[in-house]
Amino acid sequence: MHVRGLFLLCLIGISLVPARPAGAAELIADISQRLVAITTGFTGADVLLFGATEGEGDVIVIVRGPESDVVVRQKERVAGIWVNAHRMTFLDVPAFYHVAGSGDLAAQRVEEILAEYEIGAEYRNIQPAEADEGIDPDTAAAFREAFIRGKERQGLYAARTWPVTFIGSRLFRTTIRFPANVPTGTYTVEVFSISDGRVASMLNTPLIVSRAGFGAAVYDFAYDYAAAYGLIAILIALMSGWMAGTLFRKV
Amino acid sequence: MQIYLPIAETSVDMLMLLALGTGVGFLSGLFGVGGGFLMTPLLIFIGIPPPVAVASEANSLVASSMSGILAHWRRGAVDFRMGTVLLVGGVAGSAAGVSLFKALSGVGQIDLVISLSYLVFLGAIGGLMLFESVRTTVRQRRTGRRRGKLHRHTWIHGLPLKMRFQKSRLYISVIPPLAIGAVVGMLSAIMGVGGGFIMVPAMIYLLGMPTAVVAGTSLFQILFVTANVTFLHAYENQTVDVMLALLLLLGSVVGVQFGSRYAGLLPSEHFRILLATLVLGVCAKLGYDLIARPADLFSLDLGGH
Repeated sequence: MHVRGLFLLCLIGISLVPARPAGAAELIADISQRLVAITTGFTGADVLLFGATEGEGDVIVIVRGPESDVVVRQKERVAGIWVNAHRMTFLDVPAFYHVAGSGDLAAQRVEEILAEYEIGAEYRNIQPAEADEGIDPDTAAAFREAFIRGKERQGLYAARTWPVTFIGSRLFRTTIRFPANVPTGTYTVEVFSISDGRVASMLNTPLIVSRAGFGAAVYDFAYDYAAAYGLIAILIALMSGWMAGTLFRKV
Repeated sequence: MQIYLPIAETSVDMLMLLALGTGVGFLSGLFGVGGGFLMTPLLIFIGIPPPVAVASEANSLVASSMSGILAHWRRGAVDFRMGTVLLVGGVAGSAAGVSLFKALSGVGQIDLVISLSYLVFLGAIGGLMLFESVRTTVRQRRTGRRRGKLHRHTWIHGLPLKMRFQKSRLYISVIPPLAIGAVVGMLSAIMGVGGGFIMVPAMIYLLGMPTAVVAGTSLFQILFVTANVTFLHAYENQTVDVMLALLLLLGSVVGVQFGSRYAGLLPSEHFRILLATLVLGVCAKLGYDLIARPADLFSLDLGGH
């Protein structure tokens, strides 16, 4: 993970070159930090994205996290108590999804914007894996909604479109908010410029969310040397307990 | 003051954790029970993932039972022989419990099993204790004096493999303590408790141990069983958050010292009524949560790391 992160950091200089359709507006953008480090005092982070467009027009920003599998379970009442009865699996869904738009776009729902400009396929394609096996479309839709709702509750998917503010007619800026429970991995930041109701230009850049410092060391140790970690955890507890017991005897 | 917990992968208020640890530690020292049955549900309530809450609480219980047992040991209130027999059962039970925990997490039923276990055991023990204590209190009022301890001969005394426990003044089969130890060990692994809330009544009512050595002996068993649970959860599931455990134990080792000082101040029957009320209160809350319609019927399971 770390090696891959560093490798991607080296690529950032190249990746900021926009992919430009013929005759489209020039678009430049950058982020205030390319590495979000989760340290012991981490309570979330705000990353500033800023840039400029060549001509007039709106801007859409999509930030998506690393992909992973998520199981969504539905409770049902069995003998008076609520138990997990049904499940569906979502394969390779983004762990984090944040959409921001300028002007009137900020008032619109995320789904509407993505559908209108045919962007954000990763979000629009969120479907339970079971949908391929011919399950009831209503059930699949209910699970899809539940998945997005659950992610919103965790603060990992944006419930609403965040604003992109223009300074004058060309310079724009927006804040990307990462909550304390942000998953680690490689994120993708995509910036789209809109003119005449369609995407005129697009660029993307990676962003790394990684553990750092003492917390990272603890995490790595717990996974790489599980047995030693367990023994150390017990030793720390035994010593603290013994110290407290001895200390309080004299008081 | 927020602190990021590396294994729980979330950020919590450090002072709140310290306060929780101290409060629960105080009750733990007061009643001679581990306090895990309060702490684990509280941790889950503040947003710690249940597997991490269970394993880390077991880790912090190692510390509070260590500091608790020192005080009982100095008073000579630990039956090491009985403790060792309970422990043999406990190690076997906790190993089985950790495996079961892993299997249940895989099928998405661990939260339900944790809640149901709490409901059944807290309900049964709390109800039994409340009933017994109230009856004894009422009887004392009527006769005006404490009833003398009678030796009751039950089916337990007919079992083979008898052993002499001098400190407890008992000559009984090792099968009941082994079984009690095993059940408590399994609960420890699944519920993140020391198991004092079930072991203490079992020692008094089933084994007939003198109340004076019950708390110390149960702490002895809890110390080693929670250490075993900590190791197995760390090894099998990587769910022990040392940072979380350290904050909890800092609070609890202090709290437990104060709690044990107040332990002798109440008549034992009143003391049991209080404990029973506390146990039933937690039980009622968990029961309500199982019956009440959840705000969202759907839940997300990230399926481990």
